[in-house]
Amino acid sequence: MNLRKYLVLLAVMCFGSTGDILLARGMKDLGPVDLHHPLSLIAALANHWVFCGVLCLVLFFCSYMTALSWADLTYVLPATAFGYVLLALQSKYFLHEHVSNYRWAGILLISCGVGWVTRGPELTRRPQISDEIHTLGTAQTMHEAQNTASAQIPPEARHIGGTPNALNAQGPAGAPDKLPATGGPS
Amino acid sequence: MKSLSVWTVVGVVVVASSTGEVLLSSAMKSIGDLGLLRARKGMAAVIAAVFSERLFLPGVACMAVGFFSLLVALSWDDASFVAPASASLTLVLNAIMAKIFLHEAVDHRRWISALLVGVGVVLVAM
Repeated sequence: MNLRKYLVLLAVMCFGSTGDILLARGMKDLGPVDLHHPLSLIAALANHWVFCGVLCLVLFFCSYMTALSWADLTYVLPATAFGYVLLALQSKYFLHEHVSNYRWAGILLISCGVGWVTRGPELTRRPQISDEIHTLGTAQTMHEAQNTASAQIPPEARHIGGTPNALNAQGPAGAPDKLPATGGPS
Repeated sequence: MKSLSVWTVVGVVVVASSTGEVLLSSAMKSIGDLGLLRARKGMAAVIAAVFSERLFLPGVACMAVGFFSLLVALSWDDASFVAPASASLTLVLNAIMAKIFLHEAVDHRRWISALLVGVGVVLVAM
């Protein structure tokens, strides 16, 4: 995890909670929605609170997708749950709602959950693919990484395992002089 | 006790949102790190890669269903009930679906975090 990734998670929290607050404020103006007139939901976009809320949620969506591109779903969701704390604080200071002791206890639990999950790894490690991508560095997609990795393996090595490490498993009948030096003692 | 119709709409929110998130997560994982892609090829390449990913649009459609169902639920009942109830149930369902469909390593740390956050969200609403 680097600073850029923490900033993406921060953007997810801020835009998500602000969008929810604006949306809730706008829907209070509009009143109950009748399911027989679903188009009234589209008309709700004309409300400036709802419009700003949707704008925030679009930004939330972009940062959320960015986070999902490098972290597990089960990491991103709890890690961004601090947005609920922001939501409670925004309710207190902008909407002047009362924050009860239960609510503070909930905030504490959410903070513990967030702190607990962010101390773990953000991505499930899948040895073959992630190692190849790490090695190649410039591969555009996982497919590309796999194709490039397999193309780099000499044909004679593919039938005995298909990984670069398998080269070292060749017996004396192989051609060790053709292989790159591995940095052994000289 | 909340009426059956409110619980039904909350259920639609939870299932649609979770399905959408699992589909989007799968789509984004197959593209790779969007930040690196943008640095190498630019924003246009990121947009093209995202929109050409076959699971992206179904994921957005599910998220849209969840969003409009949430709007309906918010207009039917208190936001202090609807928002945390749907959010905490979505967290738990997401952990289950991520383990089954995305094969994520949902270890004790993540289960405990999901439960802590879920209970915390309910308390925040009280």
